[in-house]
Amino acid sequence: MNPVNYLYLAALLFTIGAAGVLIRRNAIVIFMCVELMLNACNLAFVTFARLHGNLDGQIIAFFTMVVAAAEVVVGLAIIVTIFRSRHSASVDDAGLLKL
Amino acid sequence: MENLIGLLVLAPLLGAGVLLCGGRRLDRSGPWLGTLLAAVSFALGVVLFADMLGKGGEERALDVTVFQWVPVGGFRADVGFHLDQLSMTFVLLITGVGSLIHLYSVGYMAHDERKRRFFGYLNLFLAAMLLLVLADNYLLLYVGWEGVGLASYLLIGFWQHKPSAATAAKKAFLVNRVGDMGLSIAIMLLFTTFGTFAFDPVLTRATDAGEGKLTAVALMLLLAACGKSAQVPLQSWLGDAMEGPTPVSALIHAATMVTAGVYLITRSGAVFDAAPDAQTAVVTVGAVTLLFGAIVGCAKDDIKKALAGSTMSQIGYMILAAGLGPIGYVFAIMHLVTHGFFKAGLFLGAGSVMHGMNDEVDMRRYGGLRTYMPVTFVTFGLGYLAIIGFPGLSGFFSKDKIIEAAFAKGGTEGWILGGAALLGAAITAYYMTRVMLLTFFGEKRWQPDAEGEMPHPHESPRTMTVPMIVLAFGSVFAGGLFSINDTFLKWLEPVTGHEEGHSPVSALTVTAATMVVLVIGVAIAWAQYGRRPVPVTAPRGSLLTRAARRDLLQDDFNHVVLVRGGEHLTRSLVYVDHSLVDGVVNGTAASVGGLSGRMRKLQNGYARSYAVSMFGGAAVLIAATLLMRAV
Repeated sequence: MNPVNYLYLAALLFTIGAAGVLIRRNAIVIFMCVELMLNACNLAFVTFARLHGNLDGQIIAFFTMVVAAAEVVVGLAIIVTIFRSRHSASVDDAGLLKL
Repeated sequence: MENLIGLLVLAPLLGAGVLLCGGRRLDRSGPWLGTLLAAVSFALGVVLFADMLGKGGEERALDVTVFQWVPVGGFRADVGFHLDQLSMTFVLLITGVGSLIHLYSVGYMAHDERKRRFFGYLNLFLAAMLLLVLADNYLLLYVGWEGVGLASYLLIGFWQHKPSAATAAKKAFLVNRVGDMGLSIAIMLLFTTFGTFAFDPVLTRATDAGEGKLTAVALMLLLAACGKSAQVPLQSWLGDAMEGPTPVSALIHAATMVTAGVYLITRSGAVFDAAPDAQTAVVTVGAVTLLFGAIVGCAKDDIKKALAGSTMSQIGYMILAAGLGPIGYVFAIMHLVTHGFFKAGLFLGAGSVMHGMNDEVDMRRYGGLRTYMPVTFVTFGLGYLAIIGFPGLSGFFSKDKIIEAAFAKGGTEGWILGGAALLGAAITAYYMTRVMLLTFFGEKRWQPDAEGEMPHPHESPRTMTVPMIVLAFGSVFAGGLFSINDTFLKWLEPVTGHEEGHSPVSALTVTAATMVVLVIGVAIAWAQYGRRPVPVTAPRGSLLTRAARRDLLQDDFNHVVLVRGGEHLTRSLVYVDHSLVDGVVNGTAASVGGLSGRMRKLQNGYARSYAVSMFGGAAVLIAATLLMRAV
């Protein structure tokens, strides 16, 4: 199978993720869309590693996953705290820098 | 001898410092201390005078540099004194009359709480005036010039609790400032032309500079003289300056400070001689002022203001003489000295009358005082005879010489100036006779004062009458002493130079004409005020009388032209400032504000709109990168 198809898939996933971030208001959904964009990038990196025949892309994909995991931990904690105080996970409601 | 010159200035300066900083413990001894230091200054002046008489005519000038004042590179301004016959004359007049008036003030100000301060100011004035006449360069002269202005301001407004006195002081200061501006411009012009302030190189090399430049300098000096000496058009302050205590009017606004303009013109004679146009301006100012002051003096009922008009007129004579060049310098100074005696005496007499009449100044409320104040009457009477030019008295000699010199100018100009001077002599005789008749003759027209108390006229204390008697002696004999063998002429000639003009009329004719106009003036005054009873309230009078009572509308003129004009100018400047300058500034601010108002809308607080700008930015970056690649 032509590896370029993976790149098309990665671009498609990234676009879906970006559209979700721009359009949706629920913080959880936006968060999932961000993950989708990160993983689209990972897919692209891995594909390029395969195309070039070296491991650089795969190493960067690992870094991305570690950073994404850390980000998920912090981000979810914030979202849960906001939800607890406001009883809503809508990003529009959290327009102020104070709780 | 050189050191004595410095002491001459230092003595009154020390007095001013001690009296002004000394505090209350000097309240009782202060007046005598001030008088003593003035007398010390006079004594030093006499010593220097005796020393000067011992030398020959040309070697009499004494120069001394006290210290370098501003030594910066090639620029030099020194504190140095130049004592020649001209400044010697002034030193003796200033310290002599000054000491007498200090003595008079001891009696006159005896009941004033702030007399210590008063004597401090008087001493300050003496020091500044001595600095003015002794300076050997224009810059130091300017220091003295400003110093006497300051002292004059402080003393006119001495009774500052009276709003009229405070206003008069401010007026004198402001009007003088116009003149001082002229002096500072003249000094700057002289410095740029000659590269020095000192009299010696400037005046000996005066003709090196072009006539145009010298005319400019001379006109600026004339402006300065007009301000200080109350000449038209800067004359309006002198009448109001009479708000000050009477000794101040006698010393500063009659005998000494107001004559500083005459000194300036005489001292700068070389500049004026080389600028004939400026000399024409000087004689015009002198002739106009001598008539102007005389007319104002005729209409005033306030004894001090009548005398102030007379001062203005007499200084007009001096300025006229000084403007005639070498024909007149000596006579200008001679009239200045004799005027110093008789006008100071007249003012002191007026003060003595006011002292006895509960500070009443309206002559229409005097009358018949000659038996109540015999000493004042006699001394005032002698001053009166001197000022109108009664034969044999001081004013006769000095004024007659000026009238002769005016005719000697030659041509139509000489006839006009001589005629004006003669007319002035007639008016002088009229208004002084009027003052004399209203005050000392006729029936008593005394009125109760503000507290309802009738005045009890009495002779003034000894400290006041002694100076009046001494000044009366000066009024009688000074002119004669100066004129015997042309003593004064020979004394001053080495400094000012002298030449005889070509008079179209003989000296005897001039004297006869002066006598005729004198008799006419006295006769008219007698007919109006001696034969008929004088009403206590002034009649409405003719149009000219009413104008003269308002100082010939000088304040109205100043108000309409200068004050209103100035207001219009400032208003239009404010308008330009508001509309144009503020418009540009406010417009800039408003457009920045409007722009940022629009920009602010980008910050709407929605995370997704920030995300859009991020994505948009990333997209633009990528597109740009790709585009660059493609190119």
